[in-house]
Amino acid sequence: MHRVGGQLVRGVKAQQKRSLSAALPPKKVEVFIDGKSLLVDPGMTILQACALVGVDIPRFCYHDRLSIAGNCRMCLVEVEKSVKPVASCAMPVMNGMKVKTNSDFVRKAREGVMEFMLNNHPLDCPICDQGGECDLQDQAVAFGSDRGRLQSRYDGKRALEDKNIGPLVKTVMTRCIQCTRCVRFANEVAAFPDFGTTGRGQDLQIGTYVEKFFASELSGNIIDICPVGALTSKQYAFTARPWETRKTESVDVMDGTGSNIVLSHRTGELLRVIPKINDDINEEWIGDQSRFAVDGLKVQRLLTPMIRGPDGQLKPASWEEALFTVAAKLRETPAEQKAAVAGGLNDVESLVALKDLFNRFNSENVMTEEEFPETSGGSDLRSNYVFNDGIASVESADAILLVGTNPRFEAPTLNARIRKSFLYSDVQIGVIGAETELTYEYDYLGASAKAIDDILAGKGDFAKTLNSANTPLIIVGAQALKGEAGAALLGKLQQLADKLGNGKQVKVLNVLQRWAGQAGAQDVGYKAGTSSIRKTPIKFLYLLGADEGKVTKANLDPSAFVVYQGHHGDAGAEMADVILPGSAYTEKEGTYVNTEGRSQRAYPAVSPPGDARVDWKIIRAVSEVAGKALPYNDLKEIRQRLNEIAPHLLRYRDLEPSPFVKQALQLAQTSGSIDVDVSPALRELSDYYQTNVISRNSRSMAQAKKAAIENKSNPYAEEPIHARL
Amino acid sequence: MASAAVSLGARLIGQKASKVAVRGVVTSAQNSNAQVKQEKTSFGNLKDSDRIFTNLYGRHDYRLKGAMARGDWHKTKEIILKGSDWILGELKTSGLRGRGGAGFPSGMKWGFMNKPFDGRPKYLVVNADEGEPGTCKDREIMRHDPHKLIEGCLIGGVAMGARAAYIYIRGEFYNEACILQEAINEAYKAGYLGKDCLGTGYNFDVFVHRGAGAYICGEETALIESLEGKQGKPRLKPPFPADIGLFGCPTTVTNVETVAVAPTICRRGGDWFASFGRERNRGTKLFCISGQVNNPCTVEEEMSVPLKDLIERHCGGVIGGWDNLLAIIPGGSSVPLMPKNVCDTVLMDFDALVAAQSGLGTAAVIVMNKQTDIVKCIARLSLFYKHESCGQCTPCREGCNWLNKMMWRFVDGKAKPSEIDMMWELSKQIEGHTICALGDAAAWPVQGLIRHFRPELERRMAEFHKQVLAEQGAKQISQ
Repeated sequence: MHRVGGQLVRGVKAQQKRSLSAALPPKKVEVFIDGKSLLVDPGMTILQACALVGVDIPRFCYHDRLSIAGNCRMCLVEVEKSVKPVASCAMPVMNGMKVKTNSDFVRKAREGVMEFMLNNHPLDCPICDQGGECDLQDQAVAFGSDRGRLQSRYDGKRALEDKNIGPLVKTVMTRCIQCTRCVRFANEVAAFPDFGTTGRGQDLQIGTYVEKFFASELSGNIIDICPVGALTSKQYAFTARPWETRKTESVDVMDGTGSNIVLSHRTGELLRVIPKINDDINEEWIGDQSRFAVDGLKVQRLLTPMIRGPDGQLKPASWEEALFTVAAKLRETPAEQKAAVAGGLNDVESLVALKDLFNRFNSENVMTEEEFPETSGGSDLRSNYVFNDGIASVESADAILLVGTNPRFEAPTLNARIRKSFLYSDVQIGVIGAETELTYEYDYLGASAKAIDDILAGKGDFAKTLNSANTPLIIVGAQALKGEAGAALLGKLQQLADKLGNGKQVKVLNVLQRWAGQAGAQDVGYKAGTSSIRKTPIKFLYLLGADEGKVTKANLDPSAFVVYQGHHGDAGAEMADVILPGSAYTEKEGTYVNTEGRSQRAYPAVSPPGDARVDWKIIRAVSEVAGKALPYNDLKEIRQRLNEIAPHLLRYRDLEPSPFVKQALQLAQTSGSIDVDVSPALRELSDYYQTNVISRNSRSMAQAKKAAIENKSNPYAEEPIHARL
Repeated sequence: MASAAVSLGARLIGQKASKVAVRGVVTSAQNSNAQVKQEKTSFGNLKDSDRIFTNLYGRHDYRLKGAMARGDWHKTKEIILKGSDWILGELKTSGLRGRGGAGFPSGMKWGFMNKPFDGRPKYLVVNADEGEPGTCKDREIMRHDPHKLIEGCLIGGVAMGARAAYIYIRGEFYNEACILQEAINEAYKAGYLGKDCLGTGYNFDVFVHRGAGAYICGEETALIESLEGKQGKPRLKPPFPADIGLFGCPTTVTNVETVAVAPTICRRGGDWFASFGRERNRGTKLFCISGQVNNPCTVEEEMSVPLKDLIERHCGGVIGGWDNLLAIIPGGSSVPLMPKNVCDTVLMDFDALVAAQSGLGTAAVIVMNKQTDIVKCIARLSLFYKHESCGQCTPCREGCNWLNKMMWRFVDGKAKPSEIDMMWELSKQIEGHTICALGDAAAWPVQGLIRHFRPELERRMAEFHKQVLAEQGAKQISQ
């Protein structure tokens, strides 16, 4: 895992130039693109300069977020005084350069390249999944001939055997045009060096050298970056054409980062998830769980309300029966014996509605499954529980301390950024927790959080690095912050952050939430953690998508009545007396707050299945039947209510800064031992795939998990154990 | 491989170089009181006393003692102490052009490295990956005169301020690598290399790195990649190796012969070297003549020697006499061939061969007489380039394969005459569209064949079709 591969030297050089130009005022150079004069920064490539004036250069191998390969030769342009056409993706602009992007010379060059590109391409568009969104197809329309000159009767075409790289990505290697985008992605972003090229010339092949699983949490992204149909999604194979589908831009809930996604759906059926570019959050990538777990939304769904009969069996019931049963119990149970527990995938609207409902019945006993200390101001001071500096700050950091987290599996896109930072800058990374395989080198500081004491005391090399850093970052996993020790740890980290961040632009302390709904729940006033349930006997428990099994029947009064509202028949539904079928994140319009505290809107792609309903509306219905109707009837009105509680929730896409860092420090509980093991729960790739109720029910995630386990036990199996799928 | 970038690049370089050379002439004219130097009109027949490689045939000892007896390592310390500028000055005066094929003026190229120290060490990389079919000059230097190369490394290193030289030697040259390493060990032992070379205070190391037999690793950036331990695939330029080369440091990649002649140039003076050959094509050169000649050999001759003289004098003539000559590839497999009528008069130097639509390349003269199947020869070269294409960029990867398949059909004439034009177009689609010059190198032999032997191709096609028609007719009759 070298910092800078030879391929990346260019990038480093560019960065050196950038940092140099940061010191000096950048001197712009003048270039002429198709006669238009343009002032651009030196070091920019011709292709980038062309993009500034809206001239789109065709390309296959060039990708904004990968190193430059310059091998497809499709982006050739004419540069005055150059005899040969120039690859615009790789050629830096020079002062006075005159570029022609549409001359006969250029057209001829590109047509020639296109002919070669198609020479060995199977032209099986009718049975190719990339059809309709294929770069080669599109550019062949512009630069391809209407007939081929290959005498295939004599000369034949190349064909390759397909490779099995696991249950997620399908390969049709004959279609490959050897642009090496996937190889560069695997090596640079996913840090999976087992993916590369073998052979030379015509025999050049892309693959894993020996057939094996593409063991990366970001593997699905090679489907998106592949310009042809060589790498496609196994899940989506032969499902739909892009022009048949409708696209809904939404937000992902599989981790705390709230990656932006596009949901493709057709006739009320969700077909696939692809990432949407958001440079503040996920750049252009999403984790495999975000992409592939959606098949879990089609199984084990709660389709109709159910009531547990006297025989102990859950029986389908009408909404009316279910609502009346819940309302009656809600009314008759005393306030102090009521409680509501929210899971990690909820939108803020339903969380607010549930809290309002409980407040109407004089109960403040609403909490989340995920724990968080109540000291240091707990949930009251927002800086305690969000990723204060923002995800993008990772790129400018010069020292990062990871405490009790494995970002690779808790937030794959954040991890990809840390790797980017690692590759292109001198960032030093320290880890307290488990010594897991991350995608960058780090100083391991032990499993116990007491290593923080050493850092505070300035002991050790990494402490010195951190102390001398201009933009230090501490990323702490929310999972490490629980119980007494978690409170002390938070306090210690606040002290450390205060020490490191003194007089600097960064807030230093960043909490990485694991759940998409957690920051939102804490924003609207949910208690974090279910400990209070164990203190007083609870007779009425309302579970809102709480499926992690943090509360069981044993924790409740024996006569307790449990309502479960959610979308999957899992741990929560199992203990419920009444089930109210809710909707998943693809089926409702809702607000999600990511770990940075950034509020984002999700939109419904499909309608909830069966009799299931949008969650906040179910709660609104319960309130009306129970006689204390909540004062909002539509989305606009409930968003009004959100605005009353926390106005930032409606400032979509903005990152609301969290003040009161100093006050949090004053309230910090710094006594108590922090000598606890803060190893994160997700340590291996196989741990990554199934972390929530949706992915636990996903077939493709189960297959991926199996493949990861088998890959771990024998990565070089001659016959891959995971069967071809 | 390095010889591949002959024609297009060389034409450009030629223009630049002519300016430089002209300036050089003007200054020397002023020095000698406006006396115009008389240019020579005949070339060749190099005297033994003017030969640089005096042990080319291995008749003497290659070790340090023998090398010193031949004048190597003589006054090297004084040369080093004269400093970088003096060495570069002598090289520029000598008019030495790179011997690897592209013919870039060496003095200028080495001068690119003379930039202020920015904290990165500089490296000299010697390209000993002599892979060009037909070429066998560097091998002779390394196995019979290794100390010339090592001394050249040191002097070149001083000229460009390099910290070390890496000699990337072709993997197949096992014995040569052993001899070279032995010679390096001798030089270290004698205090000529390592810390404080020859007592000059200059620290310089020489390393030998064996390749694994890929032709493309003779391309300078692919060589650097390979030296770094990666797949030997050419890099994009810019940045050029002089900015970012080996391990990200400024690097100059130079051919063995270029480096090996540098000490003698410094000892005998740039003017001596410049007294050979025509303007812009100065010096002596190793020519490797192979193919259908009576006595194939590697010989040091003056630049601009007439091709016919070269073959008649040193190789005992073409088998079957000069009139039995069909065509000659004058500069290694990657340059276009020349038919006999051109060979009659052409001079062996960069400019004359470019004017004849070919190139000097590595000066590996491949002679084909009339008993040769010329189409098959070129098809074999196409197969070679198809096999050696690195597969990185599209036109070369796809085009070399396509050309190869078509060429083998052309051998039998199993094609339509219109495909000759198509092949010409395809070769033009490859040429100049690739990252490195291998694409050009694959295209040129085919272009040369079409340019000069189109009637032969058409004849074969006509014959083939006649035969097919005859067979079909026979079938019909038998039915």
